[in-house]
Amino acid sequence: MTDSKSLVRISNVVKHFDISGGFLDRISFSGGKPSLTTTTVKALNDVSLNIVQGEILSVVGESGCGKSTLGRTVLGLYPPTSGQIAFREQRIDNLSPKEMLPFRRKMQMVFQDPYASLNPRMTVRQILEEPTHFHFPELSNSQVQDKVAEVMRQVGVDPAWAGRFPHEFSGGQRQRISIARALMVDPEFIVADEPISALDVSIQAQILNLIMDCQERFGLTYMFITHDLSVVEHISTRVAVMYLGTLCELADKKSLYGDPQHPYSRALLSAIPKLGSKGFAHIRLKGEVPTPIHLPTGCVFHTRCPHVDERCRREIPKLLTRPNGCQAACHALEEGRI
Amino acid sequence: MTHLLEVQDLVVKFGLRSGDLTALNGINFTLNPGERMGLVGESGAGKSVAGFSIINLISKPGFIASGRVLFEGEEISAYPLEQMRGIRGNRISMIFQDPMMTLNPVLTIGTQMVETIQAHNQVSAAHAREIALEKLQKVYISSPGKRLGQYPHELSGGMRQRVVIAISLLTNPSLIIADEPTTALDVTIQAEVMALLLELCKHEQMGLILITHDLGVVSQVTEKIAVMYAGRIVEQGPTASIVGSPRHPYTKGLIQALPQGGSGRGRLHQIPGMMPNLTSIPPGCAFHPRCEYAMDICRHETPRLFGDADTSGLVACHLFANQGRS
Repeated sequence: MTDSKSLVRISNVVKHFDISGGFLDRISFSGGKPSLTTTTVKALNDVSLNIVQGEILSVVGESGCGKSTLGRTVLGLYPPTSGQIAFREQRIDNLSPKEMLPFRRKMQMVFQDPYASLNPRMTVRQILEEPTHFHFPELSNSQVQDKVAEVMRQVGVDPAWAGRFPHEFSGGQRQRISIARALMVDPEFIVADEPISALDVSIQAQILNLIMDCQERFGLTYMFITHDLSVVEHISTRVAVMYLGTLCELADKKSLYGDPQHPYSRALLSAIPKLGSKGFAHIRLKGEVPTPIHLPTGCVFHTRCPHVDERCRREIPKLLTRPNGCQAACHALEEGRI
Repeated sequence: MTHLLEVQDLVVKFGLRSGDLTALNGINFTLNPGERMGLVGESGAGKSVAGFSIINLISKPGFIASGRVLFEGEEISAYPLEQMRGIRGNRISMIFQDPMMTLNPVLTIGTQMVETIQAHNQVSAAHAREIALEKLQKVYISSPGKRLGQYPHELSGGMRQRVVIAISLLTNPSLIIADEPTTALDVTIQAEVMALLLELCKHEQMGLILITHDLGVVSQVTEKIAVMYAGRIVEQGPTASIVGSPRHPYTKGLIQALPQGGSGRGRLHQIPGMMPNLTSIPPGCAFHPRCEYAMDICRHETPRLFGDADTSGLVACHLFANQGRS
């Protein structure tokens, strides 16, 4: 994994959302004196990640761990509070909307719910033509129409249906259309945010196959955001495990599933329901996930970790490379306690 | 031995302006006391309708067109509404998918639990609170006394679903119907909740009908499975044999479509097409347009269930027609 192949580089990205509300909501009284408070959700805390050309990097974690925020921040849909994002080694998080345009074409997104992400009042043709006209103004109408037909065939939707509206399609077909919309502008990098969680099992397999086919055919790089760990095991090159806005472990698929390092990864993987297994052998975590408004001090996982000690409570662990080549952020691993 | 639950040729229809829509087309199964069964299928297969129709919770325009439901030997499908109330939430409890929708947001957990107990039993409020406390302890809720005074929004998702399970236990039911109880939860919480449900069922000798699309969860919790497709049961039998060696092409396809650990990164097996809409179920076997083994007979004759219910299970497929019927 040399740096030269890096397509997207995420460096020390922090994203906080201010949810304090209006002026009156912020007034609080402590010791009889009024003061203004701010409440922030700390969605991403110092996340650094390098996405290599041609790989499928999966980001996994439970709801609220910041995986979708990470995906949106990478695409510039949210400006990061601090830190940098670079595409082909060029910094893109500080660009003006106009300067950002060429990068928007290269980086596309596929959303979770194909019922919400397609405009119900536009036909499939309009949905697919709009971004193409916008990003390739030099193409003539007939050239764009040819491209629409070609991409529709590639994703397995009959081009004869281009005049129909999204509600006339099933969930799986709609997700194919959202993938087609992303492919229309010849992207290099696609962020897929839970693209199959709204679909049935037999349809999930169809869409996963399509995603893998597109990767091979167009040499795409994916950031695949999901909570479904069996899907991750099937399609990813590398996996990033997140907990409470922090990256706990970054490993290639084989070593993560064969030998998870971080205590949270171990618990997460042990909870996957497996076909043919009887009963439960998952690692039980104590307590609940803390809120991202009041993050625990030190390691964010220390409140639930079975291997916690005094150092974990005060010092934030760094992402360190382990003997098996993967990276994990854990004091207990570093000290050889587990 | 009488069965805990016996469903015989149950047909559920929805009366629409364009004619009746058959959502459930003659399903049969039995459940012994303390037995755990999984109802598996994709959305629209009729698995939730099957679960709801057991306690006659089908709302208009749906209705039970024919068939019987026997619970502990009584024909509850013929019960009038008043008598049905003695069964629902009392001897048969139901757990729904989204705990935030099941719990009343403006009442405390304690109020909701006491209300449930008093609806079914003549007990004082103080005694009802004691029962509520005991059940909350059973589902491993920390500081249960404090929780009774809290509102649903103050609890996390996993905790809420545990409260819902505690409520379903209040009247010591002999059967629990759980409709996708962990679909809204994260994987670590799902494991906790399912392990809890399994433990309770074993400990209290309760029957369980688990309605889900997740074959992994079903294989961890249940002893037998019924796979549904387009309103019919297409395969049923012991969990181990169905998961280990599925016979119906649909069940087979469903299992092969799941990404399995260690299988590398090959293409996933995919079932072409999608489940038919209930308004346009194909003639013959409903699965034949998607089936790679489809024969001539499949296009015009609906297969009955072939095979032996106790050993390898029953399968509704003409491929197994020579195996007779038990």
